[in-house]
Amino acid sequence: MKPVYVIGENIVSPIAPTAEENFTSLKKGITGIRLHDNRQISPEPFYAALFDAGGIPENAENSYTKFERLLIMSIGDALRKTGVPVASRRTALIISSTKGNISLIESAELTEALRNRIALSTSARLIADHFGFTSQPVVISHACISGVVGLITALRMLQSGGYDHVVIAGADIITRFILSGFQSFHAVSNEPCKPFDAGRNGVTLGEGAATIVLSSNKPSTGEVIQLCGGSVSNDANHISGPSRTGEELFQAIQKAMEEASVTSGEIDIISAHGTATLYNDEMESKAINLAGLQQVPVNSLKGFYGHTLGAAGLIESVIAILSLKENVMLPTPGFHSRGTSMPVNVSAELRTGDYHCCLKTASGFGGCNAAVVFQKAV
Amino acid sequence: MKDEQAYITAYSSVARRSACRNGNIVFQGDENVNTGDFLTSLYKYLGADYPKLYKMDNLSRLGFLAVELLLTGRNLSENYNPEETGIVLSNANASLDADVNYMASVKNIPSPALFVYTLPNIVIGEISIRHHFKGENAFFVSEKFDEAFMHFYVTDLFSRAALKACICGWVECFRDDYKAVVWLVENNSREGALPFTIDQIHKSYLLSNGETNG
Repeated sequence: MKPVYVIGENIVSPIAPTAEENFTSLKKGITGIRLHDNRQISPEPFYAALFDAGGIPENAENSYTKFERLLIMSIGDALRKTGVPVASRRTALIISSTKGNISLIESAELTEALRNRIALSTSARLIADHFGFTSQPVVISHACISGVVGLITALRMLQSGGYDHVVIAGADIITRFILSGFQSFHAVSNEPCKPFDAGRNGVTLGEGAATIVLSSNKPSTGEVIQLCGGSVSNDANHISGPSRTGEELFQAIQKAMEEASVTSGEIDIISAHGTATLYNDEMESKAINLAGLQQVPVNSLKGFYGHTLGAAGLIESVIAILSLKENVMLPTPGFHSRGTSMPVNVSAELRTGDYHCCLKTASGFGGCNAAVVFQKAV
Repeated sequence: MKDEQAYITAYSSVARRSACRNGNIVFQGDENVNTGDFLTSLYKYLGADYPKLYKMDNLSRLGFLAVELLLTGRNLSENYNPEETGIVLSNANASLDADVNYMASVKNIPSPALFVYTLPNIVIGEISIRHHFKGENAFFVSEKFDEAFMHFYVTDLFSRAALKACICGWVECFRDDYKAVVWLVENNSREGALPFTIDQIHKSYLLSNGETNG
């Protein structure tokens, strides 16, 4: 398989507007989660990682929504140093989002014009035009694995030989629609979320965007990270609850590792989904054991960012890429004592080591699972 | 991978009160029925004993029934392991139909039963549960059906041996405007199979637009 290299990355989060600043802040233990009391979004106060009002500046010359402005900020920063020819037909743009502009139906009558405005393909077209992409943008909306599916799709597009560069960007914003839905499931934690912890009781939501630029061309300088393999699976069990066995996430992990030609002994760190719901973290612990990875340090970043839905897989992948580059494994805020039936080596404190290979996983509603493997290029 | 290494072994469509398999109309609903009632009548016609259908939103019902029709007389588990079978679908409006219904409930009591359908990939989950498909799955959004991209994505899954059978297609539903066109693609040919090419996808998609064989 053709090698695929990471040549640019960004995170725009309530913590910071660049990947480097995010990583520096996370190393200091800074989290974006706060207690919010905003009656427009929720009748009750709630914990979430949200942008301050005006945190994503508006541009008087255009009418981009907050969702689109976030993506534009993120893509613009990620592309800045790459020199990618965006106008080339051999450069692709992939947009991943769970709910995109859905907040627009909260306050307005759904006319045909509004329906077109909400369509994710409209946002993708506006963003493509903003930067001058000429290839047809690809849009993925696959619940909470959208970002990881974006990476896997990009890997396949590059390996097919049809493209030289692929820009993958994901974003989601938190409004009443999404928060009320998770609340209706009683899935929202009444304190900042506690991934893999014995006292975990649900998700904390977050908003943000991230971008990864992949290329078939190896950069000539610096530590270079490769995306080596990826796979998607389905539980075929329940639309809103994860597998009881973890076998299907394990299947995705196994296939991603096979594609990357790595064995379980070669995985140095795991960036888990770790939403801090009882069932998700339990399922993940089973899958990690089935893969023989229970000794490998694993973290969840949901205690920093909250669950950023379609952006989560990309935000966490950017952090994984920087972790490999800097040989730093970030901790899991909210984790104190293991609360899963199977052992997992949850990284509670910041660690340093000689990290070459990282497994990133994600799972979501609809029974979907995804896994990718990043590795230092030799 | 060369095109002839994957085959369309069946295709079906559900649109404008008609259900077709391999280009032939097999069921027509009553005039002036809404989407939900039409889909219920199609469910009864197909004789599928699956009461969970009544809990689904219209997008999931539509995709589910199009696949029931597609797999008439087939049991893919006889030929393939669960992880060798997958689903790749697309549409224009994601889950907007369910989104609007859920948002109406938020004004009173937000309904978890409605919220769970506010994701377009739930239709993939429902079909996967029904037929025990555990392989690759993806949901793409595009303004119009992107035949070339769907062909690329599915062909690539076969060429990297990620799947041996894949259901792919377009499943769109917003209020009383609905259309599903789905293909069963396999790595083994069967009697009557068509090569899985962009041209064949295009031709069978056009058939579902009203130009039927029978």
